[in-house]
Amino acid sequence: MSSVLQNLVNKPYEHGFVTDIESDTAAKGLSEDTIRMISGKKKEPQWLLDFRLKAYQRWLTMTPPQWPNVKYPPIDFQAISYYSAPKAKKKLASMDEVDPELLKTFEKLGVPMNERAKLAGVAVDVIFDSVSVATTYKAKLAEVGIIFCSISEAVHEHPELIKKYLGSVVPIGDNFYAALNSAVFTDGSFCFIPKGVKCPMDLSTYFRINTEESGQFERTLIIAEDGASVSYLEGCTAPKFDTNQLHAAVVELVALDNADIKYSTVQNWYAGDENGVGGIYNFVTKRGLCKGINSRISWTQVETGSAITWKYPSCILRGENSVGEFYSVALTNHYQQADTGTKMIHLGKNTRSKIVAKGISAGHSNNSYRGLVRIAPSATGARNYSQCDSMLIGDQCGANTFPYIQVSNPGAKVEHEASTSKIGEDQLFYFAQRGIGGEEAVSMIINGFCKDVFQQLPMEFAVEATKLLGVKLEGSVG
Amino acid sequence: MIREDSKTLLEVRGLRATVNGIEILKGMDLTVKSGEVHAIMGPNGSGKSTFAKVLAGHPAYVVTGGTVLFEGKDLFVLAPEARARAGLFLGFQYPIEIPGVANSQFLRLAYNTVQTGRGRDELDPLEFDDFVREKMKLLEMNPDFLDRSVNEGFSGGEKKRNEILQMALLEPRVAILDETDSGLDIDALRIVAGGVNQLANKDNAVVLVTHYQRLLNYIEPDYVHVTEAGRIIKTGPKALALELESRGYDWLSEKPGAEHGAGAAA
Repeated sequence: MSSVLQNLVNKPYEHGFVTDIESDTAAKGLSEDTIRMISGKKKEPQWLLDFRLKAYQRWLTMTPPQWPNVKYPPIDFQAISYYSAPKAKKKLASMDEVDPELLKTFEKLGVPMNERAKLAGVAVDVIFDSVSVATTYKAKLAEVGIIFCSISEAVHEHPELIKKYLGSVVPIGDNFYAALNSAVFTDGSFCFIPKGVKCPMDLSTYFRINTEESGQFERTLIIAEDGASVSYLEGCTAPKFDTNQLHAAVVELVALDNADIKYSTVQNWYAGDENGVGGIYNFVTKRGLCKGINSRISWTQVETGSAITWKYPSCILRGENSVGEFYSVALTNHYQQADTGTKMIHLGKNTRSKIVAKGISAGHSNNSYRGLVRIAPSATGARNYSQCDSMLIGDQCGANTFPYIQVSNPGAKVEHEASTSKIGEDQLFYFAQRGIGGEEAVSMIINGFCKDVFQQLPMEFAVEATKLLGVKLEGSVG
Repeated sequence: MIREDSKTLLEVRGLRATVNGIEILKGMDLTVKSGEVHAIMGPNGSGKSTFAKVLAGHPAYVVTGGTVLFEGKDLFVLAPEARARAGLFLGFQYPIEIPGVANSQFLRLAYNTVQTGRGRDELDPLEFDDFVREKMKLLEMNPDFLDRSVNEGFSGGEKKRNEILQMALLEPRVAILDETDSGLDIDALRIVAGGVNQLANKDNAVVLVTHYQRLLNYIEPDYVHVTEAGRIIKTGPKALALELESRGYDWLSEKPGAEHGAGAAA
């Protein structure tokens, strides 16, 4: 690999700092007592404690998945702290009351919350180490009947909705990490769009792991009733630590008749250093249920961080004519590993799905696309189109594609296209011969490669994503 | 055209270069002056394309000997992009495809980078659009070229036209066109050659690397050079190309020693 390329891909992580806020962190280890403690701290009702304990019992019987194309030493689940909350407990009525340290953190991230919330018209439900400390625009959303709050709050204020939908898309025993999350989740976002309401603004949550070695187990639940629509943005950055941190979130989406949910993620957890030391283990279960007719769920993700990513945002297309979409950019560098993709489960008639996955590997990283398209016997007229493209930067990295296609209905139409390309000397030489230096050339090539995905992102996120890839791949040339 | 008031733009002396440890260029000599058109011909593997790539700074090649002066300055101290900004242009034999990058975006970045390098003003997207459309007329290019990804899905002829369009935009002092005629049908050849002829003027120079005489029916060279085994073994006027076409290269290589040194005559 040329020295130009090596320099380009080695730009250090810019979000590596620890915010000095006093934390209330539980002792390490997991047992029924830990779960009772979490539930007790959050003053949860008995049914939720039962939900957690049942999940915990299931989890005890399960083993971590071995099939992903990633390597890591066994995780000691007793060495993790399962609860961490900032100690400033008083109720915050306005942004002015937010801890200045926290605001400074957002300044460093380049996301001044005030401006982002007020100027950009985005309601930010800030998750800061497990507990929601500020919710904006809530009143405005409430006017049209939208509920947007932390999931802890929703447990108390809308128990009937939580009871009905929690675990309805991702069952407690779905997989090892989903079971763990169901047992110990600390907070997350809840969003409910009532019948016929188009959410007037993009809803946004910033997740951030702050306390060293505190596992972060978010739980997100979004429900769009008949004819409702919402666009939800999730962005992640994390401070730099040398010990690995586990992040095992669960996201559930439910779309009823004619409902539309668009879920966009930019993920930039700490990826470890250039020698593969440290970084987040991002083991996430995201799934959407297109329950109603003509419903649509669209996942867009830009995955640039984490030491290991294990994530398959999926759609269960149950309603007739429902549509599932998955647009993904996964970038790995240094010793990062990603095994990510989607599942499109076609159950209803005339259901359609589209998959556009772009993997970029640099350094010594390993990047796998894994996707399942299943057409059930009932899914007459189902259609799928999948496109999986890999790009390699340098010659020490790996790219793999594992497409699984199971078709049980003869009338279905499934298309799969895949390509692998390489940013090589010849491509950079072509740019150089037109006066364009290596850094600009790589940036242009990568952004061109990812264009089909970026144009699915809301405007401000598209800008952020372009910037992020820049941070990851650009640097001083020389 | 050979002129008395011309300036020396490119001066190559004893150039040697290797790729993967194998010596390809074994002492190339060439002098190119403003206003001139040169043709470099020769059998496959004789070093023609390598010569073009070495001058432009392709990283796969290692210069092991000789000197190259570009407008009197050492070319090899410049990075490839700096050579381009200084006015050395290579028309590629196989222009590379860049999926997802709009041609207009690429052309504008190239143009503005080179302009900035020469201390001139950049053009904004609207100004550039007018400018590039004017240049495209020269090559009878459809404006939809601008919206397509760079070279992606282009036919052979379209790729070559796109190369000459870049030459038109970047206004090089020395344009080396590497087998620009290969893969062109007769109409495309006429258009591409017509473009080159319009761009050639008294202040710049064109070096055509080609296998075939037919290109030279459209672009008339002042000098024809014949390469073999990494050296220029003969230099002559345009008539030499016609002779090569009827006699092949063998009659030259039978007595290579007799022609040594003649390459510098240009």
